[in-house]
Amino acid sequence: MPKQQIETLAKDTEHEFLTFVLGEETYALDVMTVKEIRGYQPVTKIANAPDFVKGVLNLRGDIVPIIDLRIKFSVGEATYNEFTIVIMLNIGQRVVGIVVDEVSDVIKVMAQDIKPPPEFGIVFDSSYLYGLTTIEEQMVILINIESLISSDELGLFESSK
Amino acid sequence: MSIDMNQFHGVFFDESEEHLVEMEEVLMTLSVESPNPEDLNCIFRAAHSIKGGSGIFGFDALTGLTHVMESLLDQARKGQTHLTTPIVNTLLTTGDLLRAILNSYRNKEDIDWAAIEAGTQALNAVIDDNKSAQNNEENEQGFGFFTPIDSSEVNENVDFGLFDENEFSKDVIDDEVKSTPSNESNGFGFFEPLESVCDQGIRTPVLSEHDAVIQDDLDSTKTKPSNTVKSNSKKTVVKESNSLRVDTQKIDSLVNLVGELVITQSMLKLASEDVFGHGTEKLQEALEILDRNVRQAQETAMSMRMLPMSFVFNRFPRVVRDLAAKLDKEVELVIEGSSAEIDKSLIEKLVDPLTHLVRNSIDHGIELPAKRLAAGKPQVGKVTLKAEQGGGSILISIVDDGAGLDKQKILEKAKQNGIETHDKMPDSDIWKLIFAAGFSTATEVTDLSGRGVGMDVVKQNIESIGGQVEIESELGKGSRFIIRLPLTLAILDGICVSVGDQVFIIPLTQIVESIQPVSNQIKTLVNEQMLWIRDAYWPILPLYEYMNIQGAESDPTQAIVVLITTANKRFGLLVDGLVGQQQVVIKSLEHHYKPVPGVAGATIMGDGSVAFILDVESLASTVNQPSVDIEVKIA
Repeated sequence: MPKQQIETLAKDTEHEFLTFVLGEETYALDVMTVKEIRGYQPVTKIANAPDFVKGVLNLRGDIVPIIDLRIKFSVGEATYNEFTIVIMLNIGQRVVGIVVDEVSDVIKVMAQDIKPPPEFGIVFDSSYLYGLTTIEEQMVILINIESLISSDELGLFESSK
Repeated sequence: MSIDMNQFHGVFFDESEEHLVEMEEVLMTLSVESPNPEDLNCIFRAAHSIKGGSGIFGFDALTGLTHVMESLLDQARKGQTHLTTPIVNTLLTTGDLLRAILNSYRNKEDIDWAAIEAGTQALNAVIDDNKSAQNNEENEQGFGFFTPIDSSEVNENVDFGLFDENEFSKDVIDDEVKSTPSNESNGFGFFEPLESVCDQGIRTPVLSEHDAVIQDDLDSTKTKPSNTVKSNSKKTVVKESNSLRVDTQKIDSLVNLVGELVITQSMLKLASEDVFGHGTEKLQEALEILDRNVRQAQETAMSMRMLPMSFVFNRFPRVVRDLAAKLDKEVELVIEGSSAEIDKSLIEKLVDPLTHLVRNSIDHGIELPAKRLAAGKPQVGKVTLKAEQGGGSILISIVDDGAGLDKQKILEKAKQNGIETHDKMPDSDIWKLIFAAGFSTATEVTDLSGRGVGMDVVKQNIESIGGQVEIESELGKGSRFIIRLPLTLAILDGICVSVGDQVFIIPLTQIVESIQPVSNQIKTLVNEQMLWIRDAYWPILPLYEYMNIQGAESDPTQAIVVLITTANKRFGLLVDGLVGQQQVVIKSLEHHYKPVPGVAGATIMGDGSVAFILDVESLASTVNQPSVDIEVKIA
């Protein structure tokens, strides 16, 4: 599976990733999926939704769900303060916001520099990952955010979609 | 090239649809004995435009049929064919056929060539009848002289076809420029045959009787094309200046944006209250103006989605005519208030239920002429379709002066179907029985009605668009069906209620009343709390429990119970308090998330926060009712 994921990224081309921090770890997602980055705002809770679904908020007239991956994958502490960031993502036709601790940088990664993820030690199922890379001696976990957000595991959308 | 053409298909379909509607309207009002030449021209033009367009796009099925239709119409407008009711009927049927073909092309379905062949033959039969009639009247020469006019007419048509194409693709200005040469070419087309006619007239002297005939025809041909031209250009101008085709998505996004503007404006206003010092007054003043402008912009944006009710009503003269003829009844249709406006999305969903109700009125309501006379009523039955706007809703009523609903019959039928009834049921409850599935008091099953599918579907359809149906009826005098609809699907009148720190919106139409109960009104039945009010038990559904909200009031006597009725249940919803009544813009939650039980949608409140609109029907499904109904009866 991870190999296939890597192959989905065209070889010998640069890919841009947005890096962000969850707890102690640095992750990155395809920058093309990012709609915008904004501060955390109070949301409207959805009844009987799983705890990692914080609720919905109004994004210029659209009702957009906000999820907290820190809660879903038990990384770091789910605190909300003025530094908490929400990354709004375009997933297909849908818009979803994810809560992260910090947004760092946009990095450029060559496909061949992406190493397959280890079988253990990472909270995400390896099928949601492109792999690992190292930026300035720091390990960065490259997430295939589209497959993660639309996965049945998160169950955000009707499974038919 | 083919891609270029494809992008015009949609326009062609829409325009052809409009032409067909227009054609039908004129045919309906056309007086058979002395048709107004302008009306005939109008029908001819409609057929002609469809033919022109379909020729260009290669929709052969349409071209063939419209061509024959056109020949017939051409004869009619030249006075060579005297219109009769059967001919009008044939034309109407052809119109239906054209619409069917149009839809087949639009949906890329297979074309029903057999039906087209049958339609063409029906038209040809009319033309042939007419020809033979004329043959009897006139000698061969006379007949021969008509033919050149026909063929020149066809040439002229080709010109027209080209210009029609331009209409699809070019701008208004282009159009106007083109319409002038089209007049000229029209003239060309008609001068030529005149010359040939004259030649013929000179070459072969004919009886003076025939001279008169020819002269008549010349006169009529002389005047008619000019008529065509006049109305043609007039029509183009009216159309171009008054309306513009816009994708509904664009309008929706405009409505969205303006909605956001309203919220931003109120945020600005809130912020401005913290501003002190120099210029505060000016700021406030500017904000007031902004407020007014933004609200006006919102109203305008919302009104862009609105269409007049005539879009629905205009099809009914035809429905009534066909149906009355089929049933040997005489029916006059009165349409009132067709200028009342309603959301476009509602119009589409209103057609079927309305058609059903109108058919019902004629089939079941209006009696046969003899029976009407015997009952001392005018021979011609009257069906009134009326739309009126009241507040945030539109009332559509279908009134007939027919037999009315038979209370006894309905009660008997209800018993047969195993529906619980009792003798003291108020009339309004009895009428509601006809909405039960499988209910029909018609003794015979006809192709129109009696199968008992219908009224329940009508009710479902109306309710699915947030409306309600009411019935008033008096035996022997007639019935009145009233459909109450929200003006738009996008806006909902609701009551905002608070539960814990959250706000929910309950659709106003489903609320009976809100009360703060006293302790002796609260009874416990089988571990469930009930509210006893006005001789009825209302099961209480605590919203905080359903929505899993902490810190909400759980004691009914300290909270508010909102009494709610749905299609087949009633219950009280326990909330902390009422916040207020307001119109809210309905937003879809499913657009970016999965459906949430008990929630119909969401809306954005004045402060920019999101509140959920409750789906009362799905809340009702969690309430146990049967035991309560028995309680009520004992009480």
